[in-house]
Amino acid sequence: MDDDELKPAVELVDITKAFPGVVANDAISFSLRRGEVHILLGENGAGKSTLISILSGMLTPDAGQIIIDGEPAEIRSPRDALDAGIGTVYQHSLLVPTLTVLDNMMLGTNRSFRLDRVHAQKRMHELTQLLDVEIDPDARVGDLALGQRQQAEIIRALWSSERVLVLDEPTSMLTPQGVQSLGRVMRRLAERGLSVVFITHKLNEAIDFGDRITVLRRGRKVGELEPLQMVGKGVDDLKDEIIALMFGASSAGADANPSGNIEKAEWLDQQPVCFRLVDVEIQGDGPKPILDGITLELRRGEVLGIAGIDGNGQKELAEVIAGQRPLLHGQVYLDDKEIQRLSVAKRQDLGIRYVTDDRHGEGTVGQLSIAINSVIKRIGQRPFWRRTRIRHAVINEFARTMIAEQDVRTPNEKVPIATLSGGNMQKIVVGRELAKGPRVVVYNKPTYGLDVKTMQVVLNQIVEQARRGTTAILISTELDELISASDRIAVMYEGRITGILPSRPGIEAQLGELMTGASA
Amino acid sequence: MTDILSTVFLASLLSGGVISAVPLIYAGLGEAISERSGVLNLGLEGMMVAGAYAGFVATLNSGSIWFGLFVGGIAGLVVSLFMVGLCVYLNADQIVVGIALTLGATGVTALLHSAQYSKSYPRLPKAGVLSIPLLSKIPVVGVGLFSQHASTYLVLVLVAGAMWFFRSTRIGLNIKAAGDQPHALEAAGGNPRRTRTVAVMTAGFLAGVGGAHIALIGAGLFVPGVTNGAGDIGIVLAMLARGKLWWIVAGAGLIGVSLSLTTALQLIGLNIPIDAVQMLPFLLIIVVLFIFGRDSYLPAALCLPYDREAR
Ligand SMILES: Nc1ncnc2c1ncn2[C@@H]1O[C@H](COP(=O)(O)OP(=O)(O)OP(=O)(O)O)[C@@H](O)[C@H]1O
Ligand SMILES: [Mg+2]
Repeated sequence: MDDDELKPAVELVDITKAFPGVVANDAISFSLRRGEVHILLGENGAGKSTLISILSGMLTPDAGQIIIDGEPAEIRSPRDALDAGIGTVYQHSLLVPTLTVLDNMMLGTNRSFRLDRVHAQKRMHELTQLLDVEIDPDARVGDLALGQRQQAEIIRALWSSERVLVLDEPTSMLTPQGVQSLGRVMRRLAERGLSVVFITHKLNEAIDFGDRITVLRRGRKVGELEPLQMVGKGVDDLKDEIIALMFGASSAGADANPSGNIEKAEWLDQQPVCFRLVDVEIQGDGPKPILDGITLELRRGEVLGIAGIDGNGQKELAEVIAGQRPLLHGQVYLDDKEIQRLSVAKRQDLGIRYVTDDRHGEGTVGQLSIAINSVIKRIGQRPFWRRTRIRHAVINEFARTMIAEQDVRTPNEKVPIATLSGGNMQKIVVGRELAKGPRVVVYNKPTYGLDVKTMQVVLNQIVEQARRGTTAILISTELDELISASDRIAVMYEGRITGILPSRPGIEAQLGELMTGASA
Repeated sequence: MTDILSTVFLASLLSGGVISAVPLIYAGLGEAISERSGVLNLGLEGMMVAGAYAGFVATLNSGSIWFGLFVGGIAGLVVSLFMVGLCVYLNADQIVVGIALTLGATGVTALLHSAQYSKSYPRLPKAGVLSIPLLSKIPVVGVGLFSQHASTYLVLVLVAGAMWFFRSTRIGLNIKAAGDQPHALEAAGGNPRRTRTVAVMTAGFLAGVGGAHIALIGAGLFVPGVTNGAGDIGIVLAMLARGKLWWIVAGAGLIGVSLSLTTALQLIGLNIPIDAVQMLPFLLIIVVLFIFGRDSYLPAALCLPYDREAR
């Protein structure tokens, strides 16, 4: 490594940014070298997104400076950042859902009066090949699966990154293969001299892909690991070190889920079957059914994992159970009662809950307070409403309890939920469904965007709830998490269940085969 | 009953229909552009009134209809600057500001008119027409459709141009993004506020021209209330058309004909209540849209002020 490479390409110096009630960035300094992949870590609400939004011009800092190639730079808007060659994938999708993928790509990058679709198409083709993905340029972004949308987002950022590429939790919606290929792309870009900032909550990714790691905690920079500190150490030691930095020394080695599988299996055998799907089928736009003869039986207190590559019918299955989608045929039973014709609200009353993976779209109403969002699925119901009158005191109290229980980082329960960091918002979405007698809960990627500790808390919560008799259906693309939390794991492929395995360590390969339809 | 079907009756019905439809198209087109960028422009009627008055004064003094239309456009644009300043930059409530602008412009023009022209009530000479060769000779429909003031054809060209503009230009794309996801536009390097400014000013200009068209070509004079709610109809048209610009033309045509139908029926002595006839086209539009308009939409960020740092 010569001197030139060690000189920072971009430097953020003493950046401070406060929002009402919180200092999101407190004199943070952060530097980027040419050709490095720099990992930014920190718990939910640590200030990562805020820091990179300042770099990308979306936020103006209260104090501090940005230095590019040794010269102080004025970044007053995203335009300035893009012109300086800084491309960003934001944590919350920033594509226009009503426009096509190609139109989104041309937005801001097409500088001439006429739109040059031919040119854009060519460039998009290059970039999809670089990323090794396939996206229909004429599809409306709103119609894409979340994983594909994220890929489109990455392509858009690559479009204008000549100096820096910032990725704020880009892997939360990608498949394991997608993550690996993104890792390779980042390396390739770094080799070409780009600096990459990569934010993630997955320590494995951080250690695999990163050259350097910076850790934030509660708005402050609390540590930096140089490449030399990272090599020659065992992965587990490194993880412990990082976790200690992220959460403070006391919580090092946060306990993995103690599942005690054998005892639980015996206990489960004695529990009654309380939830069944029989031959459920729903039709899509195409000739193939989206769900094709799904039959499942769940016992009281069981956690059934659903594995599968994104877009193989998992979301639709969740929506069928929640009541948001009509069936073509088949039955859904709770105990022995047919419920497939009941409305969403009726099913809610019966204890069927759905934790959506779309926390911005269906999950929350951004402009409303945390308190209202915490009861938004129970509008008009007691005790939050009496006759038609809203009872703010009761709702606020309820929200405060939830905030305390879930450890949500927020000044108070009255702020708009959109001001929460992504992970903290997720805590509300999960907490809300667990309140008031859940019987069957469908979790669709419940840990997406959560820091390691919170993720463990949520998984433990699911397992705990199950022990107390709540049946859980856990949809996820993370095999580790499925194996640690589930009793059995069903694999979905093209709308069918291709296999159900008892969950134990070491079945990853088997699951992987089922997921790609190889052994179906 | 033969009267109703007589050629003269039909021709004048059509011709009158077109004359009332054209300002509605100007207004509806302007509103559609503004809405597409995320600004619900309820000041449209005010911009039309301003355009009608300013255009009238300009033509009266210069003798040129085209100059009057242009000045009318500028007047509409000036009124729209209030909307830009208050709503786009100061994030004031679009509905409140829009209504205030309409009331304000109506009042101011009435005042100016009574101060200047209440004694003389000047009228303008009848506007010349542009007869399209051959087509204007078609019996019945020829005169009505193809022998009108050139501004009539201009507005159709503008509608087609706007469609091309939205599909094929950078600014058109930016306007769509500003109305649907302004943060996405900003993140991509665009400027939502500037984009909305362009859209609202365009709407103001078009509404102003439309207002002037009413005064100069339709009525041949200015009196307070000469626009007679054309701006509000324009808003309804844009809302119902939901982004599909040709629907504005179709809707305006329907309403125009029915407006002239009321007059025509009264002329031949059939006394059907005006309200009943005027209601018809709206019912029709709603039915038609119900059938064909399902895949259209209103911009997601319509009526929402934009602030980069808020989330
Ligand atoms: N626009 C805003 N208005 C008010 N508060 C905000 C705003 N943006 C961020 N915050 C607050 O600033 C703090 C830092 O948020 P930030 O989004 O940077 O966290 P993060 O590290 O990205 O967390 P996560 O891992 O959950 O995404 C949080 O407490 C958040 O609630
Ligand atoms: Mg974040």
